[in-house]
Amino acid sequence: MSDDIGPIGAWITPKSRLLDLGCGDGDLLRTLIDDYQVQGYGLEIDPDSINQCIRKGLNVIEQDLNGGLENFADKSFDTVLMTQTLQSLRHPHLVLDEMLRVGRRCIVTFPNFGHWQTRVFFALQGRMPVTKQLAYQWYDTPNIHLFTYKDFEALCSERNIRVLRRAFVGSPLLGLNRLFPNLFTKTAVYHLTK
Amino acid sequence: MPPDTALPFSVHHPLGTTASQIAVINKPMDLVCGTTLPFHSLVFETYGILNKARNNAVLICHALSGDHHAAGIDKDGKVGWWDHYIGPDKAIDTNKYFVICPNNIGSCCGSTGPTATDPETGKPYGKNFPSIQVRDWVESQKYLMDHLKIDCWAAVIGGSLGGMQAMCWSLAYPEKLQHAVVIAAAMKLSAQNIAFNEIARRAIQSDAEFKDGHYLDYQTSPKQGLALARMIGHLTYLSDDALGRKFGRLVNSDGLGTAEKELGEFEVANYLNYQGDKFSQQFDANSYILITKMLDHFDLAQDYNNDPTEAFSQAKCQFLVISFSSDWRFSPLCSRQITDSLIGAGKAVSYIRIESDQGHDAFLLPDTRYQNALGIYLSRAASELEANSL
Repeated sequence: MSDDIGPIGAWITPKSRLLDLGCGDGDLLRTLIDDYQVQGYGLEIDPDSINQCIRKGLNVIEQDLNGGLENFADKSFDTVLMTQTLQSLRHPHLVLDEMLRVGRRCIVTFPNFGHWQTRVFFALQGRMPVTKQLAYQWYDTPNIHLFTYKDFEALCSERNIRVLRRAFVGSPLLGLNRLFPNLFTKTAVYHLTK
Repeated sequence: MPPDTALPFSVHHPLGTTASQIAVINKPMDLVCGTTLPFHSLVFETYGILNKARNNAVLICHALSGDHHAAGIDKDGKVGWWDHYIGPDKAIDTNKYFVICPNNIGSCCGSTGPTATDPETGKPYGKNFPSIQVRDWVESQKYLMDHLKIDCWAAVIGGSLGGMQAMCWSLAYPEKLQHAVVIAAAMKLSAQNIAFNEIARRAIQSDAEFKDGHYLDYQTSPKQGLALARMIGHLTYLSDDALGRKFGRLVNSDGLGTAEKELGEFEVANYLNYQGDKFSQQFDANSYILITKMLDHFDLAQDYNNDPTEAFSQAKCQFLVISFSSDWRFSPLCSRQITDSLIGAGKAVSYIRIESDQGHDAFLLPDTRYQNALGIYLSRAASELEANSL
Protein backbone atom coordinates (compact mmCIF):
# COMPACT_ATOMS: atom_id res chain seq x y z
CA MET A 1 0.00 0.00 0.00
CA SER A 2 1.68 3.16 -1.11
CA ASP A 3 -1.37 5.40 -0.93
CA ASP A 4 -1.31 5.61 2.87
CA ILE A 5 2.22 7.04 3.18
CA GLY A 6 1.02 10.62 2.70
CA PRO A 7 -0.57 11.39 6.08
CA ILE A 8 1.88 9.11 7.94
CA GLY A 9 4.88 11.22 7.01
CA ALA A 10 3.27 14.38 8.30
CA TRP A 11 2.54 12.76 11.67
CA ILE A 12 6.08 11.64 12.34
CA THR A 13 8.58 13.79 14.19
CA PRO A 14 11.95 13.85 12.44
CA LYS A 15 14.75 11.93 14.21
CA SER A 16 12.31 10.21 16.57
CA ARG A 17 12.31 6.50 17.47
CA LEU A 18 9.93 4.43 15.39
CA LEU A 19 8.82 0.80 15.53
CA ASP A 20 7.09 -0.55 12.42
CA LEU A 21 5.00 -3.66 13.17
CA GLY A 22 4.75 -5.99 10.20
CA CYS A 23 7.12 -3.88 8.12
CA GLY A 24 6.93 -6.17 5.06
CA ASP A 25 9.67 -5.53 2.52
CA GLY A 26 10.58 -2.31 4.32
CA ASP A 27 9.73 0.22 1.61
CA LEU A 28 7.78 2.47 3.97
CA LEU A 29 10.39 2.19 6.72
CA ARG A 30 13.16 3.03 4.23
CA THR A 31 11.22 6.10 3.09
CA LEU A 32 10.61 7.28 6.66
CA ILE A 33 14.31 6.86 7.50
CA ASP A 34 15.45 8.66 4.34
CA ASP A 35 12.90 11.49 4.57
CA TYR A 36 12.57 11.96 8.33
CA GLN A 37 15.85 10.48 9.66
CA VAL A 38 13.90 8.39 12.16
CA GLN A 39 15.70 5.72 14.15
CA GLY A 40 13.56 2.90 12.82
CA TYR A 41 13.13 -0.77 13.60
CA GLY A 42 10.79 -3.11 11.75
CA LEU A 43 9.22 -6.32 13.02
CA GLU A 44 8.47 -8.99 10.43
CA ILE A 45 8.03 -12.77 10.25
CA ASP A 46 8.22 -13.54 6.56
CA PRO A 47 11.78 -14.70 5.68
CA ASP A 48 11.70 -13.24 2.16
CA SER A 49 10.48 -9.87 3.43
CA ILE A 50 13.16 -9.95 6.13
CA ASN A 51 15.83 -10.51 3.48
CA GLN A 52 14.42 -7.59 1.48
CA CYS A 53 14.76 -5.40 4.56
CA ILE A 54 18.33 -6.54 5.20
CA ARG A 55 19.14 -5.80 1.57
CA LYS A 56 17.86 -2.25 2.12
CA GLY A 57 20.08 -1.86 5.16
CA LEU A 58 17.15 -1.68 7.58
CA ASN A 59 16.97 -2.83 11.18
CA VAL A 60 14.61 -5.76 10.91
CA ILE A 61 13.69 -8.01 13.81
CA GLU A 62 12.08 -11.41 13.33
CA GLN A 63 9.12 -11.35 15.69
CA ASP A 64 5.55 -12.63 15.53
CA LEU A 65 3.14 -9.87 16.56
CA ASN A 66 0.69 -12.50 17.78
CA GLY A 67 3.19 -13.21 20.56
CA GLY A 68 2.83 -9.64 21.86
CA LEU A 69 5.44 -6.96 22.42
CA GLU A 70 6.39 -7.79 25.99
CA ASN A 71 10.11 -7.60 25.18
CA PHE A 72 9.74 -3.84 24.61
CA ALA A 73 9.68 -1.42 27.53
CA ASP A 74 6.84 1.06 28.19
CA LYS A 75 7.07 4.18 26.02
CA SER A 76 10.36 3.02 24.51
CA PHE A 77 9.34 4.38 21.09
CA ASP A 78 7.99 7.75 20.01
CA THR A 79 5.80 6.12 17.38
CA VAL A 80 4.63 2.56 16.90
CA LEU A 81 3.37 2.12 13.37
CA MET A 82 1.28 -0.65 11.87
CA THR A 83 0.12 -0.52 8.27
CA GLN A 84 -2.46 -2.90 6.83
CA THR A 85 -1.77 -5.59 9.42
CA LEU A 86 -4.34 -5.12 12.22
CA GLN A 87 -6.98 -7.14 10.34
CA SER A 88 -4.67 -10.16 10.13
CA LEU A 89 -3.85 -10.48 13.84
CA ARG A 90 -5.41 -13.03 16.14
CA HIS A 91 -6.24 -10.46 18.84
CA PRO A 92 -6.14 -7.00 17.24
CA HIS A 93 -7.47 -5.23 20.34
CA LEU A 94 -4.73 -6.67 22.56
CA VAL A 95 -2.00 -5.76 20.07
CA LEU A 96 -3.44 -2.24 19.93
CA ASP A 97 -3.16 -2.02 23.73
CA GLU A 98 0.45 -3.22 23.50
CA MET A 99 1.25 -0.67 20.80
CA LEU A 100 -0.06 2.11 23.00
CA ARG A 101 1.99 0.84 25.93
CA VAL A 102 5.26 0.65 23.96
CA GLY A 103 4.77 3.83 21.92
CA ARG A 104 3.93 7.35 23.03
CA ARG A 105 1.80 7.55 19.92
CA CYS A 106 0.62 5.04 17.37
CA ILE A 107 -0.25 5.15 13.73
CA VAL A 108 -2.55 2.45 12.41
CA THR A 109 -3.79 1.89 8.89
CA PHE A 110 -6.28 -0.75 7.76
CA PRO A 111 -8.54 -1.55 4.81
CA ASN A 112 -12.02 -0.13 5.36
CA PHE A 113 -14.56 -2.91 4.86
CA GLY A 114 -17.29 -0.28 4.54
CA HIS A 115 -16.10 0.77 1.08
CA TRP A 116 -18.87 0.71 -1.54
CA GLN A 117 -17.09 -1.88 -3.67
CA THR A 118 -17.12 -4.51 -0.94
CA ARG A 119 -20.73 -3.63 -0.11
CA VAL A 120 -21.84 -3.93 -3.73
CA PHE A 121 -19.93 -7.18 -4.17
CA PHE A 122 -21.57 -8.68 -1.09
CA ALA A 123 -25.03 -7.31 -1.88
CA LEU A 124 -25.12 -8.45 -5.49
CA GLN A 125 -23.20 -11.71 -5.29
CA GLY A 126 -24.04 -12.76 -1.76
CA ARG A 127 -20.46 -13.93 -1.34
CA MET A 128 -17.50 -12.63 0.67
CA PRO A 129 -16.01 -9.70 -1.25
CA VAL A 130 -12.86 -10.25 -3.27
CA THR A 131 -11.52 -6.86 -4.34
CA LYS A 132 -8.18 -5.43 -5.40
CA GLN A 133 -7.41 -4.51 -1.80
CA LEU A 134 -8.86 -7.69 -0.26
CA ALA A 135 -7.67 -10.06 -2.92
CA TYR A 136 -8.18 -13.39 -1.15
CA GLN A 137 -10.81 -16.09 -0.90
CA TRP A 138 -12.48 -16.51 2.48
CA TYR A 139 -10.55 -19.71 3.20
CA ASP A 140 -7.04 -18.51 2.45
CA THR A 141 -7.23 -14.88 3.47
CA PRO A 142 -4.77 -13.56 6.05
CA ASN A 143 -7.37 -10.88 6.80
CA ILE A 144 -9.24 -12.72 9.52
CA HIS A 145 -10.93 -9.65 11.05
CA LEU A 146 -12.83 -7.44 8.68
CA PHE A 147 -14.17 -4.15 10.00
CA THR A 148 -15.07 -0.63 9.00
CA TYR A 149 -13.56 2.55 10.35
CA LYS A 150 -16.74 3.04 12.40
CA ASP A 151 -16.14 -0.31 14.11
CA PHE A 152 -12.59 0.80 14.80
CA GLU A 153 -13.69 4.07 16.36
CA ALA A 154 -16.16 2.21 18.57
CA LEU A 155 -13.26 0.04 19.80
CA CYS A 156 -11.17 3.15 20.46
CA SER A 157 -13.84 4.74 22.62
CA GLU A 158 -14.45 1.43 24.47
CA ARG A 159 -10.74 1.20 25.34
CA ASN A 160 -10.25 4.92 26.05
CA ILE A 161 -7.95 5.36 23.08
CA ARG A 162 -7.69 8.97 21.96
CA VAL A 163 -7.87 9.61 18.24
CA LEU A 164 -5.46 12.49 17.59
CA ARG A 165 -5.96 12.56 13.84
CA ARG A 166 -7.62 10.49 11.16
CA ALA A 167 -7.23 10.42 7.41
CA PHE A 168 -9.32 8.56 4.88
CA VAL A 169 -7.67 7.46 1.71
CA GLY A 170 -9.79 6.49 -1.28
CA SER A 171 -10.88 7.66 -4.68
CA PRO A 172 -12.17 11.23 -4.34
CA LEU A 173 -15.41 11.08 -6.33
CA LEU A 174 -16.96 14.56 -6.67
CA GLY A 175 -16.37 15.18 -2.98
CA LEU A 176 -18.59 12.21 -2.11
CA ASN A 177 -15.79 10.81 0.05
CA ARG A 178 -16.26 13.76 2.40
CA LEU A 179 -20.03 13.28 2.55
CA PHE A 180 -19.90 9.49 2.89
CA PRO A 181 -16.44 8.61 4.19
CA ASN A 182 -17.32 5.02 5.07
CA LEU A 183 -18.44 4.35 1.50
CA PHE A 184 -15.47 5.92 -0.20
CA THR A 185 -12.58 5.14 2.13
CA LYS A 186 -10.37 2.29 1.00
CA THR A 187 -7.74 2.76 3.66
CA ALA A 188 -8.26 4.41 7.03
CA VAL A 189 -5.26 5.99 8.77
CA TYR A 190 -5.35 6.82 12.49
CA HIS A 191 -3.01 8.65 14.83
CA LEU A 192 -3.65 7.44 18.36
CA THR A 193 -2.55 7.90 21.94
CA LYS A 194 -3.77 6.87 25.35
CA MET B 1 30.82 -29.95 16.58
CA PRO B 2 32.01 -29.88 12.94
CA PRO B 3 31.07 -33.03 11.09
CA ASP B 4 33.84 -35.28 9.91
CA THR B 5 34.90 -33.33 6.87
CA ALA B 6 38.16 -34.95 5.81
CA LEU B 7 38.32 -35.27 2.04
CA PRO B 8 41.02 -36.71 -0.20
CA PHE B 9 43.75 -34.37 -1.47
CA SER B 10 42.62 -34.51 -5.02
CA VAL B 11 39.28 -32.83 -4.35
CA HIS B 12 39.21 -29.44 -5.99
CA HIS B 13 38.46 -26.54 -3.70
CA PRO B 14 38.11 -22.92 -4.86
CA LEU B 15 40.33 -21.72 -2.00
CA GLY B 16 43.05 -24.21 -2.97
CA THR B 17 45.18 -25.75 -0.25
CA THR B 18 45.19 -23.39 2.69
CA ALA B 19 48.36 -22.76 4.67
CA SER B 20 48.59 -21.34 8.16
CA GLN B 21 50.82 -18.44 9.20
CA ILE B 22 52.19 -17.53 12.59
CA ALA B 23 52.29 -14.07 14.14
CA VAL B 24 54.72 -13.78 17.03
CA ILE B 25 53.60 -10.97 19.33
CA ASN B 26 56.71 -9.88 21.19
CA LYS B 27 54.93 -7.36 23.36
CA PRO B 28 53.86 -8.38 26.85
CA MET B 29 50.11 -8.79 27.20
CA ASP B 30 48.34 -8.14 30.51
CA LEU B 31 45.57 -10.66 31.06
CA VAL B 32 42.36 -9.92 32.94
CA CYS B 33 43.44 -12.35 35.68
CA GLY B 34 46.45 -10.11 36.48
CA THR B 35 49.14 -12.31 34.91
CA THR B 36 51.25 -11.02 32.02
CA LEU B 37 52.13 -13.13 29.02
CA PRO B 38 55.65 -11.92 28.07
CA PHE B 39 55.03 -12.84 24.44
CA HIS B 40 52.64 -15.06 22.56
CA SER B 41 52.15 -16.44 19.13
CA LEU B 42 48.99 -16.77 17.11
CA VAL B 43 48.55 -19.19 14.27
CA PHE B 44 46.05 -18.05 11.66
CA GLU B 45 44.75 -18.60 8.16
CA THR B 46 43.57 -16.01 5.67
CA TYR B 47 41.30 -16.25 2.64
CA GLY B 48 40.71 -13.63 -0.04
CA ILE B 49 42.72 -10.48 -0.69
CA LEU B 50 43.19 -7.39 1.46
CA ASN B 51 42.18 -4.39 -0.64
CA LYS B 52 44.26 -1.22 -1.07
CA ALA B 53 42.22 0.71 1.47
CA ARG B 54 42.86 -2.21 3.89
CA ASN B 55 39.23 -1.95 5.00
CA ASN B 56 37.76 -5.26 3.81
CA ALA B 57 39.18 -7.49 6.56
CA VAL B 58 36.80 -9.79 8.41
CA LEU B 59 37.74 -11.45 11.68
CA ILE B 60 36.33 -14.92 12.27
CA CYS B 61 36.15 -15.90 15.93
CA HIS B 62 36.14 -19.62 16.66
CA ALA B 63 34.21 -21.36 19.40
CA LEU B 64 35.23 -23.73 22.21
CA SER B 65 36.97 -26.41 20.18
CA GLY B 66 37.57 -24.50 16.96
CA ASP B 67 40.84 -23.60 15.33
CA HIS B 68 42.34 -21.35 12.65
CA HIS B 69 41.41 -23.68 9.81
CA ALA B 70 38.00 -22.21 9.05
CA ALA B 71 37.78 -22.76 5.31
CA GLY B 72 39.35 -24.54 2.38
CA ILE B 73 41.33 -27.77 2.54
CA ASP B 74 44.61 -27.90 4.46
CA LYS B 75 47.68 -29.95 3.59
CA ASP B 76 46.26 -32.93 5.49
CA GLY B 77 43.12 -32.87 3.38
CA LYS B 78 40.93 -31.55 6.19
CA VAL B 79 38.10 -29.20 5.28
CA GLY B 80 37.75 -26.05 7.40
CA TRP B 81 35.09 -25.99 10.14
CA TRP B 82 33.12 -23.15 8.51
CA ASP B 83 33.77 -24.01 4.88
CA HIS B 84 30.03 -23.90 4.15
CA TYR B 85 30.07 -20.19 4.88
CA ILE B 86 33.51 -18.88 3.84
CA GLY B 87 34.73 -18.86 0.23
CA PRO B 88 34.15 -17.31 -3.17
CA ASP B 89 30.44 -16.48 -3.62
CA LYS B 90 29.61 -17.93 -0.23
CA ALA B 91 27.93 -15.95 2.57
CA ILE B 92 31.30 -14.62 3.77
CA ASP B 93 32.46 -13.94 0.24
CA THR B 94 36.22 -14.10 -0.24
CA ASN B 95 35.81 -12.27 -3.57
CA LYS B 96 34.84 -9.25 -1.49
CA TYR B 97 36.44 -9.80 1.88
CA PHE B 98 39.85 -10.62 3.28
CA VAL B 99 38.98 -13.20 5.92
CA ILE B 100 41.25 -13.90 8.90
CA CYS B 101 40.75 -16.70 11.38
CA PRO B 102 43.23 -17.05 14.23
CA ASN B 103 43.48 -19.88 16.71
CA ASN B 104 43.13 -18.20 20.09
CA ILE B 105 45.50 -18.30 23.03
CA GLY B 106 44.84 -20.99 25.61
CA SER B 107 43.71 -23.33 22.85
CA CYS B 108 45.90 -26.13 21.57
CA CYS B 109 46.00 -25.86 17.79
CA GLY B 110 49.23 -23.90 17.36
CA SER B 111 48.79 -20.65 19.29
CA THR B 112 50.27 -20.14 22.75
CA GLY B 113 48.40 -22.33 25.20
CA PRO B 114 48.84 -24.97 27.90
CA THR B 115 50.91 -27.21 25.60
CA ALA B 116 53.38 -24.38 24.81
CA THR B 117 56.63 -24.00 26.73
CA ASP B 118 56.54 -21.72 29.76
CA PRO B 119 59.60 -19.43 29.36
CA GLU B 120 60.04 -19.38 33.15
CA THR B 121 60.33 -23.13 33.63
CA GLY B 122 61.32 -24.37 30.20
CA LYS B 123 58.54 -26.96 30.52
CA PRO B 124 55.02 -26.92 29.05
CA TYR B 125 52.61 -24.62 30.88
CA GLY B 126 50.13 -27.42 31.42
CA LYS B 127 47.62 -26.57 34.12
CA ASN B 128 49.72 -23.50 35.07
CA PHE B 129 48.65 -21.65 31.97
CA PRO B 130 46.96 -18.50 33.27
CA SER B 131 43.17 -18.32 33.21
CA ILE B 132 41.85 -16.59 30.12
CA GLN B 133 38.73 -14.54 29.56
CA VAL B 134 36.93 -13.54 26.36
CA ARG B 135 38.36 -10.03 26.76
CA ASP B 136 41.87 -11.56 26.59
CA TRP B 137 41.07 -13.25 23.30
CA VAL B 138 39.87 -9.93 21.94
CA GLU B 139 43.05 -8.24 23.18
CA SER B 140 45.21 -10.85 21.55
CA GLN B 141 43.22 -10.52 18.29
CA LYS B 142 43.82 -6.76 18.52
CA TYR B 143 47.57 -7.44 18.57
CA LEU B 144 47.11 -9.55 15.44
CA MET B 145 45.09 -6.73 13.85
CA ASP B 146 47.95 -4.28 14.51
CA HIS B 147 50.48 -6.84 13.30
CA LEU B 148 48.58 -7.08 9.99
CA LYS B 149 48.26 -3.26 9.83
CA ILE B 150 44.48 -3.35 9.72
CA ASP B 151 42.85 -0.28 11.22
CA CYS B 152 39.22 -1.37 11.28
CA TRP B 153 37.47 -4.71 10.74
CA ALA B 154 34.75 -4.67 8.11
CA ALA B 155 33.11 -7.26 10.35
CA VAL B 156 33.78 -9.46 13.33
CA ILE B 157 31.83 -12.70 13.01
CA GLY B 158 31.41 -15.65 15.32
CA GLY B 159 29.08 -18.37 16.51
CA SER B 160 28.63 -19.53 20.12
CA LEU B 161 31.76 -18.43 22.04
CA GLY B 162 32.72 -16.72 18.76
CA GLY B 163 29.63 -14.53 19.03
CA MET B 164 30.69 -13.56 22.54
CA GLN B 165 34.01 -12.35 21.12
CA ALA B 166 32.18 -10.32 18.46
CA MET B 167 30.07 -8.63 21.16
CA CYS B 168 33.14 -8.09 23.33
CA TRP B 169 34.92 -6.41 20.38
CA SER B 170 32.03 -3.96 19.99
CA LEU B 171 32.45 -2.81 23.60
CA ALA B 172 36.24 -3.01 23.95
CA TYR B 173 37.11 -1.34 20.63
CA PRO B 174 33.95 0.35 19.35
CA GLU B 175 35.84 2.25 16.63
CA LYS B 176 37.58 -0.83 15.30
CA LEU B 177 34.71 -2.68 13.64
CA GLN B 178 31.89 -1.79 11.27
CA HIS B 179 29.73 -4.84 11.84
CA ALA B 180 29.37 -7.53 14.48
CA VAL B 181 27.64 -10.77 13.51
CA VAL B 182 26.60 -12.63 16.66
CA ILE B 183 25.39 -16.17 15.97
CA ALA B 184 23.90 -18.64 18.49
CA ALA B 185 25.45 -16.75 21.40
CA ALA B 186 24.44 -15.41 24.80
CA MET B 187 25.40 -12.47 27.01
CA LYS B 188 26.14 -14.95 29.78
CA LEU B 189 25.72 -18.65 30.41
CA SER B 190 22.75 -20.08 32.28
CA ALA B 191 23.20 -22.23 35.39
CA GLN B 192 22.36 -25.30 33.28
CA ASN B 193 25.08 -24.38 30.79
CA ILE B 194 27.65 -23.96 33.54
CA ALA B 195 26.52 -27.27 35.02
CA PHE B 196 27.14 -29.12 31.74
CA ASN B 197 30.61 -27.59 31.55
CA GLU B 198 31.34 -28.64 35.14
CA ILE B 199 30.34 -32.24 34.38
CA ALA B 200 32.71 -32.16 31.40
CA ARG B 201 35.56 -30.83 33.53
CA ARG B 202 34.88 -33.38 36.25
CA ALA B 203 35.02 -36.15 33.66
CA ILE B 204 38.51 -35.01 32.64
CA GLN B 205 39.74 -34.51 36.19
CA SER B 206 38.49 -37.96 37.20
CA ASP B 207 40.69 -39.67 34.64
CA ALA B 208 43.65 -41.22 36.51
CA GLU B 209 45.90 -40.12 33.67
CA PHE B 210 45.00 -36.47 34.23
CA LYS B 211 47.52 -36.30 37.10
CA ASP B 212 46.06 -33.06 38.43
CA GLY B 213 46.72 -31.44 35.07
CA HIS B 214 50.42 -32.42 34.91
CA TYR B 215 49.89 -35.27 32.46
CA LEU B 216 52.45 -33.86 30.03
CA ASP B 217 55.15 -34.17 32.70
CA TYR B 218 54.12 -37.77 33.36
CA GLN B 219 53.74 -38.47 29.66
CA THR B 220 50.24 -39.73 30.22
CA SER B 221 47.08 -38.59 28.48
CA PRO B 222 43.56 -38.30 30.01
CA LYS B 223 41.94 -39.45 26.81
CA GLN B 224 39.06 -41.30 28.46
CA GLY B 225 38.08 -38.26 30.50
CA LEU B 226 38.37 -35.91 27.54
CA ALA B 227 36.33 -38.26 25.35
CA LEU B 228 33.61 -38.40 28.00
CA ALA B 229 33.67 -34.61 28.35
CA ARG B 230 33.28 -34.27 24.62
CA MET B 231 30.45 -36.77 24.47
CA ILE B 232 28.50 -34.78 27.05
CA GLY B 233 29.21 -31.52 25.27
CA HIS B 234 28.49 -32.89 21.82
CA LEU B 235 25.14 -34.31 22.94
CA THR B 236 24.05 -30.91 24.23
CA TYR B 237 24.89 -29.30 20.89
CA LEU B 238 22.36 -31.55 19.15
CA SER B 239 18.59 -31.68 19.40
CA ASP B 240 16.45 -34.67 20.29
CA ASP B 241 14.77 -34.41 16.88
CA ALA B 242 18.02 -34.37 14.91
CA LEU B 243 19.41 -37.35 16.85
CA GLY B 244 16.15 -39.22 16.38
CA ARG B 245 16.13 -38.54 12.67
CA LYS B 246 19.77 -39.50 12.21
CA PHE B 247 19.94 -42.59 14.43
CA GLY B 248 16.56 -43.35 15.92
CA ARG B 249 16.89 -46.68 17.74
CA LEU B 250 19.02 -48.29 15.07
CA VAL B 251 21.20 -51.06 16.41
CA ASN B 252 24.51 -52.00 14.85
CA SER B 253 24.59 -55.79 14.78
CA ASP B 254 27.94 -56.08 12.96
CA GLY B 255 30.13 -58.84 14.32
CA LEU B 256 27.34 -60.59 16.18
CA GLY B 257 27.02 -64.23 15.27
CA THR B 258 23.51 -65.62 14.94
CA ALA B 259 24.05 -67.91 17.87
CA GLU B 260 25.04 -65.05 20.13
CA LYS B 261 22.36 -63.49 22.27
CA GLU B 262 24.32 -60.34 23.13
CA LEU B 263 22.55 -57.05 22.60
CA GLY B 264 23.92 -54.88 19.81
CA GLU B 265 25.20 -51.35 20.23
CA PHE B 266 22.89 -48.50 19.36
CA GLU B 267 24.10 -46.42 16.45
CA VAL B 268 23.78 -43.30 18.56
CA ALA B 269 26.17 -44.84 21.09
CA ASN B 270 28.68 -45.70 18.36
CA TYR B 271 28.43 -42.20 16.99
CA LEU B 272 29.00 -40.49 20.34
CA ASN B 273 31.87 -42.81 21.23
CA TYR B 274 33.48 -42.13 17.88
CA GLN B 275 33.11 -38.36 18.33
CA GLY B 276 34.55 -38.53 21.84
CA ASP B 277 37.52 -40.68 20.85
CA LYS B 278 38.33 -38.59 17.80
CA PHE B 279 38.24 -35.39 19.83
CA SER B 280 40.36 -36.81 22.65
CA GLN B 281 43.16 -37.50 20.18
CA GLN B 282 43.13 -33.95 18.85
CA PHE B 283 42.44 -31.69 21.80
CA ASP B 284 44.29 -30.86 24.98
CA ALA B 285 42.52 -31.54 28.27
CA ASN B 286 43.89 -28.43 30.03
CA SER B 287 42.74 -26.28 27.10
CA TYR B 288 39.27 -27.78 27.35
CA ILE B 289 39.09 -26.96 31.05
CA LEU B 290 40.51 -23.47 30.49
CA ILE B 291 38.10 -22.56 27.70
CA THR B 292 34.96 -24.01 29.32
CA LYS B 293 35.78 -21.90 32.38
CA MET B 294 36.17 -18.90 30.12
CA LEU B 295 32.68 -19.56 28.76
CA ASP B 296 31.25 -19.90 32.27
CA HIS B 297 32.73 -16.60 33.39
CA PHE B 298 31.73 -14.56 30.38
CA ASP B 299 29.28 -11.86 31.46
CA LEU B 300 28.89 -9.06 28.97
CA ALA B 301 27.16 -6.58 31.27
CA GLN B 302 29.11 -7.30 34.45
CA ASP B 303 31.23 -4.15 34.17
CA TYR B 304 28.21 -2.04 33.24
CA ASN B 305 26.03 -2.30 36.36
CA ASN B 306 24.73 -5.61 35.02
CA ASP B 307 22.74 -3.60 32.51
CA PRO B 308 23.18 -4.94 28.95
CA THR B 309 21.63 -1.80 27.48
CA GLU B 310 24.21 0.32 29.27
CA ALA B 311 26.91 -2.06 28.03
CA PHE B 312 25.79 -1.87 24.41
CA SER B 313 25.52 1.90 24.50
CA GLN B 314 29.35 1.77 24.13
CA ALA B 315 29.02 0.05 20.76
CA LYS B 316 29.24 1.90 17.47
CA CYS B 317 28.99 -0.89 14.93
CA GLN B 318 25.93 -2.44 13.31
CA PHE B 319 24.78 -5.85 14.49
CA LEU B 320 23.28 -8.94 12.96
CA VAL B 321 22.04 -11.46 15.53
CA ILE B 322 21.10 -15.00 14.48
CA SER B 323 19.57 -17.83 16.50
CA PHE B 324 18.33 -21.36 15.77
CA SER B 325 14.94 -22.65 16.88
CA SER B 326 16.15 -25.99 18.32
CA ASP B 327 19.30 -24.64 20.02
CA TRP B 328 18.87 -25.32 23.71
CA ARG B 329 22.45 -24.48 24.79
CA PHE B 330 22.17 -20.88 23.54
CA SER B 331 18.47 -20.64 22.88
CA PRO B 332 16.72 -18.06 20.67
CA LEU B 333 15.72 -16.30 23.90
CA CYS B 334 19.42 -15.54 24.60
CA SER B 335 19.71 -13.95 21.15
CA ARG B 336 16.48 -12.04 21.72
CA GLN B 337 17.92 -10.58 24.92
CA ILE B 338 20.97 -9.41 22.98
CA THR B 339 18.73 -7.90 20.30
CA ASP B 340 16.37 -6.20 22.76
CA SER B 341 19.31 -4.70 24.66
CA LEU B 342 20.74 -3.36 21.39
CA ILE B 343 17.38 -1.85 20.45
CA GLY B 344 17.14 -0.35 23.93
CA ALA B 345 20.57 1.22 23.41
CA GLY B 346 19.40 2.58 20.05
CA LYS B 347 21.91 0.56 18.03
CA ALA B 348 21.51 -0.70 14.49
CA VAL B 349 20.50 -4.36 14.71
CA SER B 350 18.72 -7.03 12.72
CA TYR B 351 17.66 -10.33 14.20
CA ILE B 352 16.69 -13.56 12.51
CA ARG B 353 15.60 -16.85 14.03
CA ILE B 354 16.36 -19.77 11.74
CA GLU B 355 14.00 -22.73 11.86
CA SER B 356 16.28 -25.75 12.28
CA ASP B 357 16.25 -29.09 14.06
CA GLN B 358 20.05 -29.22 14.30
CA GLY B 359 20.40 -27.74 17.80
CA HIS B 360 23.36 -25.53 18.69
CA ASP B 361 25.44 -27.16 15.95
CA ALA B 362 23.15 -25.55 13.35
CA PHE B 363 25.47 -22.54 13.24
CA LEU B 364 28.13 -24.69 11.55
CA LEU B 365 25.87 -26.56 9.14
CA PRO B 366 24.55 -25.60 5.73
CA ASP B 367 21.09 -24.00 5.76
CA THR B 368 19.69 -22.06 2.82
CA ARG B 369 17.95 -19.35 4.80
CA TYR B 370 20.90 -18.81 7.15
CA GLN B 371 23.33 -18.68 4.20
CA ASN B 372 21.12 -16.25 2.25
CA ALA B 373 20.44 -13.87 5.11
CA LEU B 374 24.09 -13.72 6.20
CA GLY B 375 25.17 -13.35 2.57
CA ILE B 376 22.73 -10.50 1.91
CA TYR B 377 23.78 -8.72 5.09
CA LEU B 378 27.49 -8.96 4.29
CA SER B 379 26.98 -8.14 0.64
CA ARG B 380 25.21 -4.93 1.66
CA ALA B 381 28.06 -4.19 4.08
CA ALA B 382 30.60 -4.76 1.29
CA SER B 383 28.82 -2.31 -1.02
CA GLU B 384 28.87 0.28 1.81
CA LEU B 385 32.62 -0.28 2.09
CA GLU B 386 33.07 0.29 -1.62
CA ALA B 387 31.01 3.47 -1.45
CA ASN B 388 33.14 4.70 1.46
CA SER B 389 36.37 3.89 -0.37
CA LEU B 390 35.47 6.08 -3.36
